[in-house]
Amino acid sequence: MALSVGCTAKPGKSRGNRTGAWRVFKPAFKHNKCTKCGLCAMVCPEGCIIEQEDEFMIPDYDYCKGCGLCAEECPAEDIEMVKEEK
Amino acid sequence: MVDKTLELFDCGHRACGGCGPALAARLIMKAAGTDTIVVSATGCMEVFSTPYPETAWKVPWIHSLFENAAAVASGVEAALKKQGRSEKVVVIGGDGATFDIGMLCISGAFERGHDFTYICYDNEAYMNTGIQRSGATPLDAHTTTSPAGKCSTGNRRPKKDMPAILAAHGAPYVATTSIAYPNDLMQKVERAIETKGPCYVQIHAPCPTGWGYEGDRTMVMGKLAVETGLFVLFEQTDGTVTRVKKVMRKPVEEYLKGQKRFAHLFKPTRNEAEIARIQATADRNAEKFGIDIKLKKPVEKPEG
Amino acid sequence: MMRFIEGSLAVSDAVRMCRPDVVSAYPITPQTHIVESLAEMVANCTLDAEYITVESEFSALSACLGAVAAGSRAYSATSSQGLALMFEVCFNLAGMRLPMVMTIANRAISAPLSIWNDQQDSISLRDSGWLQFYAEDNQEAADLHYLAYKVAEDQKILLPAMVCFDGFILSHTYEPVDMPTQEEVDAYLPKFNPCQRLDAKDPISFGMFAFPEYYMEFRYAIDQALQQSREKIREAGKEFKEKFGRDYSALVEGYRLEDAETVLVAMGSLCGTAKDAIDEMRGAGRKVGLLKIRTYRPFPGEEVAAALKGAKRVAVLDKNISLGSKGAVGLEVKDVLYGSGIPVLDYIVGLGGRDMRKRDIERIVTLAEKGEGDLFYGLREEVA
Repeated sequence: MALSVGCTAKPGKSRGNRTGAWRVFKPAFKHNKCTKCGLCAMVCPEGCIIEQEDEFMIPDYDYCKGCGLCAEECPAEDIEMVKEEK
Repeated sequence: MVDKTLELFDCGHRACGGCGPALAARLIMKAAGTDTIVVSATGCMEVFSTPYPETAWKVPWIHSLFENAAAVASGVEAALKKQGRSEKVVVIGGDGATFDIGMLCISGAFERGHDFTYICYDNEAYMNTGIQRSGATPLDAHTTTSPAGKCSTGNRRPKKDMPAILAAHGAPYVATTSIAYPNDLMQKVERAIETKGPCYVQIHAPCPTGWGYEGDRTMVMGKLAVETGLFVLFEQTDGTVTRVKKVMRKPVEEYLKGQKRFAHLFKPTRNEAEIARIQATADRNAEKFGIDIKLKKPVEKPEG
Repeated sequence: MMRFIEGSLAVSDAVRMCRPDVVSAYPITPQTHIVESLAEMVANCTLDAEYITVESEFSALSACLGAVAAGSRAYSATSSQGLALMFEVCFNLAGMRLPMVMTIANRAISAPLSIWNDQQDSISLRDSGWLQFYAEDNQEAADLHYLAYKVAEDQKILLPAMVCFDGFILSHTYEPVDMPTQEEVDAYLPKFNPCQRLDAKDPISFGMFAFPEYYMEFRYAIDQALQQSREKIREAGKEFKEKFGRDYSALVEGYRLEDAETVLVAMGSLCGTAKDAIDEMRGAGRKVGLLKIRTYRPFPGEEVAAALKGAKRVAVLDKNISLGSKGAVGLEVKDVLYGSGIPVLDYIVGLGGRDMRKRDIERIVTLAEKGEGDLFYGLREEVA
């Protein structure tokens, strides 16, 4: 790969870094009591919780670091942190 | 209007799990939108978002040095003006870059009246270099350069009042907000960007690593800071405070005891004097900004 | 058109014709006349630029950095402490490959405080990745600005450039200077056309940080650009000669080097004095010549070696000192002549505005002939 001039880069490159590998605990989105409020997606520091066509939220486990903020904040208590199995 | 579905701060950045500043970056960019040029100061956010060649920024972004972001932004703004371009200029710097080392450049840029928004993500210490105190570190917080010890209760000084300093420069819009209140944050950032002239937004952004709490508690910490009166959310237009977030105030202890940086105030013995000093800070804030929700019928004090 | 003009004003007028979009500077003696003059031009609409009156030199250069990154041509000027305060930004601009031009009215660095001339300020930035030109007179000082922008903004170079001229000795001196017309400058210097800029239509991240697996390659790329800039300077100098009649196609300039046994090497206004001294010494039968170094970065090693190959001895006049070592030009020349057997004697001269006259040049030649060198020349008796 040729180096850029002056150490610049175009968008999209950070996606090469799969931060999901950092995870110890994993948020399990149960979609039982979920009200589709979207707070989980709003508070995720990774921005990796994506609204599906059915309006339920699903995290992109390639990037989810397992911080647990979504589970802590979920008003319906519908996200459970479970031990990551590797 | 803020497009909440907009994601201009991409996945794959290297912030710690539960990082307040990373969340701040996402929310700022939702409010700022695509027609924005971001100038970053050196710091945690700059480092975790742009290790070559992996940039997390989907807008034009520039980092030069630690202390010169406001001056670089001045040049960017001048160039855009000369070229007749419409992009908005937004600086994002941490509290070290803002309260301490970048102060000169910020003061100059605000005094000159450039049309830009300066956003400080305030995590109350130099986290990138290993949690050293800054001018934004609160009273009694333990950091690696303000350690609690036999003859120290941690940081000896209260937080510098940066919003007041920038309001004194004649900034048309100054606001404080917190990642714990995403809608408030996005609204204030949007308002700052829409206001012509140099505007300042300070975002309280809890840091699990630096403050010593689990990453899932970032929102909780942010809310407690506001609910105890230690971090006041307000908005100031042309020098007048126009909006304040009112709260049913909780004792500061509820905020302090969940963080390792204040653990020395509780163990091995409770330091009542210092906890009272911090409570006094919150009380002063409450009085100054009138944040306390008053009950409609005040409880009458018994006679005598 | 020939004008009898103060050096600073010749420079500011040359800068005006380079059409900078953004000018940002902070007052410091002896550079101030340049930026005062530019401010006046902006106030009177004879220069269409954004003029940012910053609160420090550090911000002046930082603002220029932002302007260049956004795709505008930027200009600044400074001296001495001002340049020292810019130190960090200087390295940063070069590393980010953001081209601009800055005039340095050379002045000594504190302590002790001195407002007078030597070249310690710009020499101290020699490792920053900037091109550095040194002017002998005000004609050259003005001309080098057109050339500096042209080379700096070349797509293969993309590095900032300093045009250095001696504070007071040149900046405050009236000399006849041939000023071109705006049309002539426009025909020589194309508009700034950056290959990348801050632009919402094509978002790019500038100024990322590099892990150890990349850092060296970026530094190598800067060095390569500087190495290649020699050829660009020659080309730009050649074109300059064709358009304006003055020849800057070489990075060095020889004066009476034919059969010279003692060759002086110098930069800046000292060269004019040396030329007069050489004429007198030649008249007395002494075989002395001068090699003027106009481009110090990139250092023109091959030209210097070729010009000095017939010399019996070389006497370098350094208006700077790498304390604890030698003068910066002396060190370069010693490097270039390593193994040639030609002795290189270094003389630290004229620091903090100490006058250098023809008789001083003559005395240095005499010292060189005796093999006495690598010394501070002309110290007061109480320390000598």
